[in-house]
Amino acid sequence: MYEDMADDNSKASIREQINENLKRVYEDALNEEVPDRFKDLLAQLKAKEGSK
Amino acid sequence: MSGLSDAKSVSDPQDPREELPEHLAALRAFALSLTRNSSAADDLVQDTIVKAWSNIEKFQAGTNLRAWLFTILRNTFYSDRRKRKREVSDPEGTHAATLYEKPAHDGRLAMGEFVVAFDQLSPEHREVLILVGASGFSYEEAAEMMGVKVGTVKSRANRARARLCELLHLEEGEDILAEVDRNSAAVMGRSGVAAA
Repeated sequence: MYEDMADDNSKASIREQINENLKRVYEDALNEEVPDRFKDLLAQLKAKEGSK
Repeated sequence: MSGLSDAKSVSDPQDPREELPEHLAALRAFALSLTRNSSAADDLVQDTIVKAWSNIEKFQAGTNLRAWLFTILRNTFYSDRRKRKREVSDPEGTHAATLYEKPAHDGRLAMGEFVVAFDQLSPEHREVLILVGASGFSYEEAAEMMGVKVGTVKSRANRARARLCELLHLEEGEDILAEVDRNSAAVMGRSGVAAA
């Protein structure tokens, strides 16, 4: 029974570590600077809209 | 007192397109999760912005704009992928290899290894793990974005986790004890010979 608990604990810990790492992968990508081309694109789309 | 709202000088507060800049970083992070390649991710974000801009009337006011944008992005990704399914996804080495060279910390899962394993998952598995595990969407929201049932999201997430563990060799116990036994047996064998 103790072993089962230890097993559950280690599974929960692995799950937790996976979640932490997934968050970090996502956060790292999120913290990258957004390329200017997207702001430029939005400005262009907006200008086109305005000239209609 | 009304400083905050005054500072936000939007030309049309009713137009959700004014909010697009706030979602660019998240769109790009999600695109990177799917493509694992910066230039492919940027192209995907670009296509998503153009589609969102020209189809904004299909967005239901009051619903989650980010979820709507993510839906456009992932649908674009999968339809592009179907169109050119034989194309190599990342010929110049993974985005991850250059970005995530971080050392292991206190014996926990090393980030570098984790990222290598993450890259080996299918995009469907990466998608579900990022949506429900990292980007803060609920199973229900993820189900709507992915166009599947909530149960499917849950079982796909479980399979993705299991595959990740498999790639990280997290379920196979390291056979260290067997190794020690063999070595000590050898030592004993030698001493046995010496004693004889």
